Amino acid sequence: MTSSRAAFAAILAKDLRSELRTLQSLPAMALFSVTTFVIFRFGLDRTQLSGSLAAGVLWATLLFAAVLGINRLFVAEREEGGFDAIRLAPIDRSVLFSAKAAALVIYLLALELIAVPIFALFFLHDLGGLLPLALILLLADLGLAATGTLISSMAVNSRARDLLVPLVLLPLVVPLMIAATGATEPLLALGGPGYHRFGTWLMVLGLYDLIFGLVGYAVFDFLLED
Amino acid sequence: MYGKGLRPLSIATVAMLALSLSLVFFYAPLDGDQGFIQKIFYLHVPLAIVALVGFVVGGVFAIAHLRTNNRKWDAYSYVAIHMSVIFGVAVLVTGSIWAKASWGHWWVWDEPTLVSFLIVFLMYATYYPFRYAIEDPERQARYASVFAITAGAFVPLNFMAVRMAQSLVHPRTFGTANGGLPGEMMLVFLCCLATMALLWVTLVKFELTAKSASGQVKRLRRALDAPTPGAASRIAPEVS
Repeated sequence: MTSSRAAFAAILAKDLRSELRTLQSLPAMALFSVTTFVIFRFGLDRTQLSGSLAAGVLWATLLFAAVLGINRLFVAEREEGGFDAIRLAPIDRSVLFSAKAAALVIYLLALELIAVPIFALFFLHDLGGLLPLALILLLADLGLAATGTLISSMAVNSRARDLLVPLVLLPLVVPLMIAATGATEPLLALGGPGYHRFGTWLMVLGLYDLIFGLVGYAVFDFLLED
Repeated sequence: MYGKGLRPLSIATVAMLALSLSLVFFYAPLDGDQGFIQKIFYLHVPLAIVALVGFVVGGVFAIAHLRTNNRKWDAYSYVAIHMSVIFGVAVLVTGSIWAKASWGHWWVWDEPTLVSFLIVFLMYATYYPFRYAIEDPERQARYASVFAITAGAFVPLNFMAVRMAQSLVHPRTFGTANGGLPGEMMLVFLCCLATMALLWVTLVKFELTAKSASGQVKRLRRALDAPTPGAASRIAPEVS
């Protein structure tokens, strides 16, 4: 019986290699983010953002870009028979969940490496808040990946696949967004970064990651049953 | 089989409803600031509590379904969530009426309790399109159970997050020990809470009985090779 760690590494490597070769999700996500920033510039009629407005624009854009990636996460598995392969392989099936979630975290981090500097270039005049922002981005990505992988695997087998993911995912990530924007808002404030309730929000993010990571890992097996 | 006990349950519910309403209008004292308007609290809060507990109960039934693989638990879960969503609509409507009467606005965004409840309600409203998008009935049942469990885990987390985000104008009646509710109000409140819980259980049982009866009729029809009307009704979970 193949060890879970080896299976995890194999599936993760397969996903990353596949993405590097086909470049399906990542360029689309990045381009979408940049275009959305431009739309916000005109929609809000502002060339500088700070505080709650900056946090809102950044997180809304990242969230919708993430949905694009989440929509495509299990498509290859469904079309090329990946689900059957996992069912046949002598491994613990929840490994697919962890590997896909890890791949999604990597895609999101890559997205943020492109989108956040561009956001700073377009809208921010004070870059002091960006380093602590990286920590929030990481924790939020973990939560988004856990929930996104779960919903994506459920939606991929249904009829209205691309509609279902945004519909079901968005209410579920609201606490995550509340915590992320709550922590980001003082960081991007006009007078320089503030840390009002930073620790509390980090804790909420961590709690969300833990709960949905565990729930996702626990129920994933039932989703793969035939 | 499912209808056993439905009649005494219904009678008990009607009796409790009559008792509670009389207590609300004739026994409960008038509130100091809000006056008569406050009495909608006796309807609104029990509905909200029962709806939220109903969502969690739906999640528990879903766990039972995944563990035993018996489809009846999935039907219970579906009906529990269905009834709680309907109670949720009642909560939002009674809440808006109360809000308009006491604060002057039908809806306010800086109230954590309102926003949390709305988010939970919207999430469970997506249960239906999600469920009906999956064609294979067994898979549909399994995925719906997974959704119900995830959503059940989400409810407390959501309330915590939203409450932390904001300040409060929504009355925190049960914040301090024993609330701030005087004895008579607490009695009437508990009576109304029991009534709403009983109402929920009765309606759930009623819906399950109806589904069971129509399931039996369908089976008989199929056995007799008679035509079955209404293809659309086949997508909702059946109880055999």
